[in-house]
Amino acid sequence: MTLTEAAPDEALEAHFEATIARNDRIEPRDWMPEGYRKTLVRQIAQHAHSEIIGMQPEGNWITRAPSLRRKAILLAKVQDEAGHGLYLYSAAETLGVSRLELTEMLISGRQKYSSIFNYPTLSYADVGAIGWLVDGAAICNQVPLCRTSYGPYGRAMIRVCKEESFHQRQGYELLTTMMRGTDEQRAMVQESIDRFWWPALMMFGPPDADSPNTAQSMAWGIKRNTNDELRQKFVDMSVPQAEALGVTLPDPELVWNEERGHHDFGQPDWEEFMQGVKGNGPCNAQRMAHRRRAHEDGAWVREAATAYAAKQRAAKQGETSA
Amino acid sequence: MSNLSAEGGHGAVPLEGVPTGQGVPAPEPEWPLYEVFVRGKRGLNHVHVGSLHAADDRMALLHARDVYTRRNEGVSIWVVRADAITASSPDEKDPMFAPSGDKVYRHPTFYDIPDNVPHM
Ligand SMILES: [Fe+2]
Ligand SMILES: [Fe+2]
Repeated sequence: MTLTEAAPDEALEAHFEATIARNDRIEPRDWMPEGYRKTLVRQIAQHAHSEIIGMQPEGNWITRAPSLRRKAILLAKVQDEAGHGLYLYSAAETLGVSRLELTEMLISGRQKYSSIFNYPTLSYADVGAIGWLVDGAAICNQVPLCRTSYGPYGRAMIRVCKEESFHQRQGYELLTTMMRGTDEQRAMVQESIDRFWWPALMMFGPPDADSPNTAQSMAWGIKRNTNDELRQKFVDMSVPQAEALGVTLPDPELVWNEERGHHDFGQPDWEEFMQGVKGNGPCNAQRMAHRRRAHEDGAWVREAATAYAAKQRAAKQGETSA
Repeated sequence: MSNLSAEGGHGAVPLEGVPTGQGVPAPEPEWPLYEVFVRGKRGLNHVHVGSLHAADDRMALLHARDVYTRRNEGVSIWVVRADAITASSPDEKDPMFAPSGDKVYRHPTFYDIPDNVPHM
């Protein structure tokens, strides 16, 4: 090595930075800074956990769907969320973390999931409100992630986004159907929107001023927009949708600002948000207990499948050696 | 409130104090990892779509159908154990692909053809 040659690590880092600067994707076997890898593992894993836990609030209503049509739709939607979790676990594993370790970190509570799933689903209108607002907010977050700098994450997001559109539309259609029904049904829809509007705004995270990690994530091309940018986009999108639906969004400060070309709106209760994140959300214990039980109850199935596979393999080897 | 971000796509999650895995061996033996390839429709190549864990080949195929083809995304699936794949290493990228890099004459654009020659 000559004196002018960069040290190997510096050369690798320069190559990584150049790839990011070119807007090219980083792929699993590429060299990457440890901070980049850790940020991705944390982000993708907790995104996956959110999809998996996210099955519970709506899964709650599958057995009580009002019609076979609604039941089939809800089953398909919840199954998609399982799929989203699996695409994302698969992406996280390319960073050198094992699936069982990821599951263990969720079940032990060491890694978290989005606190939106700690709110209860009290009526069937909630299935509609979740599809429209919660999946709608997820779309705002996830569409820019399709261009994230880590290849496997971006590809998983492209698959997810294709399916999210169905989630949002089925929710909105459910609500429009109820709005065409009785006064009681309209009241159910409004009540549900009143409960889910603020938690949906919280999904974008704290205001930018309180989100110091955003800058590094954006420099690495992992994140493409700030929390406030995405929240604003979501509010601007939702207002005309609420009007068409005939519901009121529960924010007295919500008003069009001609000068900014955007809506002004109030702040969610960040204290409630922090409590949810800390594990004190209304359904937090229930969600975790359910996930743990599902894992433990499934143990014998995993063992039986492993034993069966071993037996089949042995039989095959016997055949070929005979 | 300083440790949170909308990272996580489906809603804000904490950033600090969250472990990112030790790469430690799993407590129970993990099912092998399979890579999944799907042929979108007749006439196209199989394309890599992701991976999954399964106890055996047959289960891998069934899981691949459920995870990666819920909306007619494919007419044919291949599953291959990840440990059976031999891949080029990114470290040897330059020497590995160098033999094709300097052979510009393999490309049609290398050749000047007069403008008045049709259909070429
Ligand atoms: Fe999802
Ligand atoms: Fe969804």
